[in-house]
Amino acid sequence: MNNLVILPIIIPLIAGLIMILIRKKILVQRIIGIFTIIVMGMVSISLMNQIKENGIQSLQAGGWEAPFGISIVADMFSAILLLTTSIVALFCFIYSFSTIGREREAHYFYPLFLFLITGVNGSFLTGDLFNLFVCFEVMLISSYVLISLGGTKLQLRESIKYILINVISSSLFLLAIAYLYAITGTLNLAHLSLRVAEVGQDGLLTTVSLLFLIVFGMKAALFLFFWLPGSYSAPPTAVAAIFAALLTKVGIYAIFRLFTLVFYHEPQITHLLIGILGAITMLLGAIGAVAYWDIKKILTYNVIVGVGFIIIGLASFTSMGMMGSIYYLIHDIIIKALIFLLGGTIIHITGTSKLKDMSGLIRNHPYLGWMFFIAALSLSGIPPLSGLLGKIFITRGTFEAELYWLGAIGLMTSLMVLYSIMKIFMNGFWGETYLSKEMEKGSMTKSMTLAIGCLTAMTIALGLGAEGIQVYVQHATDSMMNPHEYLEAVLGKNPIR
Amino acid sequence: METSMSILIGVLFTIGTYLILTKSLLRIILGTSIISHGVNLLILTMGGLKKGGPPLLGESSTTFTDSLPQALILTAIVINFAVTALFLVLSYRTYKTLGTDDMDQLRGIEDE
Repeated sequence: MNNLVILPIIIPLIAGLIMILIRKKILVQRIIGIFTIIVMGMVSISLMNQIKENGIQSLQAGGWEAPFGISIVADMFSAILLLTTSIVALFCFIYSFSTIGREREAHYFYPLFLFLITGVNGSFLTGDLFNLFVCFEVMLISSYVLISLGGTKLQLRESIKYILINVISSSLFLLAIAYLYAITGTLNLAHLSLRVAEVGQDGLLTTVSLLFLIVFGMKAALFLFFWLPGSYSAPPTAVAAIFAALLTKVGIYAIFRLFTLVFYHEPQITHLLIGILGAITMLLGAIGAVAYWDIKKILTYNVIVGVGFIIIGLASFTSMGMMGSIYYLIHDIIIKALIFLLGGTIIHITGTSKLKDMSGLIRNHPYLGWMFFIAALSLSGIPPLSGLLGKIFITRGTFEAELYWLGAIGLMTSLMVLYSIMKIFMNGFWGETYLSKEMEKGSMTKSMTLAIGCLTAMTIALGLGAEGIQVYVQHATDSMMNPHEYLEAVLGKNPIR
Repeated sequence: METSMSILIGVLFTIGTYLILTKSLLRIILGTSIISHGVNLLILTMGGLKKGGPPLLGESSTTFTDSLPQALILTAIVINFAVTALFLVLSYRTYKTLGTDDMDQLRGIEDE
């Protein structure tokens, strides 16, 4: 029992509710928001240290013991993701100050942002499958409003499709929950793990697990990513950045959680399929990223490649691959936010997202140019930046599992990613400068520079200081590869049979 | 009882899928609504259908109804209600702004 575990869900929720009451006071809302996110980050750091010392922390809501009540569980994997979420949320929040516009600010942008974070944190912390559905919905409903807030033609058109896809996948999620409940008679993740281990994962359970894979694949853009490029290029930059950084990652987290804790008995079926889907996702995403000449399209296809790459670490199902996936997941959350903010800034300055209409930005914006260059190198995993370690470990994991083709596809697509992102750098920043300072559509403000600069520093620090988080990542990997620890933390020393 | 419920759920899913595949936005929203009703019935059926037992486990009672599926459905209905309301408002706004509710014209092909 540890009440700290529920704080990352409660804090942004209460702060968001308070913000609704002070709708007119924008400055107060901003201060509350920054303060809230920083407190969230500190709570996650203290959770990480507690987990390191005392093992997995859990809270049984209302004092109802595990399989009957709702458990909130924080293991190292969730705590690391919580911390990364708060970092990225903080900088996207700061970036939105000067870019989001008065109208959106007056129409509850900041409370919605915090509700989105509530849903994301809830999904990371919950230990109950149905509660996971509820947290997903909290996150999704906020994202529906954020994506359509502003009501431009493009936003309305794309948000309709986004909502439709997510409503259908939510229905399928419930369907899978119903089947699983009928077979096992429980929805608590730890209890599910126990029961599935007892009766054995037969064909029926494997089928249900594949249904879950489809559901989360739809949310994480794993193979079923057809909705993503349109939806993520519609909203304003700060929103697109937080979507790209967090929403797909929540789906990935759910896949990791289910396929390491509950459905880990038939890896030759489920994990191989995950690997195949990851490979197709990476290939198609990379082809899309290479093919387009539009900044927004290139960046959204890069999100898809990232998803495929993280998931092949799970497909290898070795501790090396898992460790790589966790490293790469942290890196990907930060770098996707950074690259979307950079791309959005370029569009903000030039007023167009077409690469062929821009050139020579580096003359007037040297810092932006070099930060973009660092982000581009980091995205494709050039040492010493943060992408490298994850790539090495994931590739080693796939080789250890003798899935050589998977590792090869992963490496090949990182080259294509490098090409696609260098295309933006070369076309946007090199060449003749058409745009003089006066002709630019917008300028860099302090809050934009601060947000981008800090995230760039984060990706460098994460690359150089990878040794420092090694302890935590190793801990997360070990507890994911041994579901027994999770069971003991939730159900007690002698799990009831 | 379970068999007829399964058939009913199948019919609801068929109708929902058919409606989602049509072009009109309103029909699509109705389709998602019908599918989620199907899902709710499925959860009820999956919990096991019994006649005449209260959802309480007393010392003398021999049968009881599993109350968890009902709690799940209640939550799912509330969420579905909110999402459908938002979806309807948004589709009306889309219709007013873009002047069409035909999904063919909402494809968003470049340079139209």
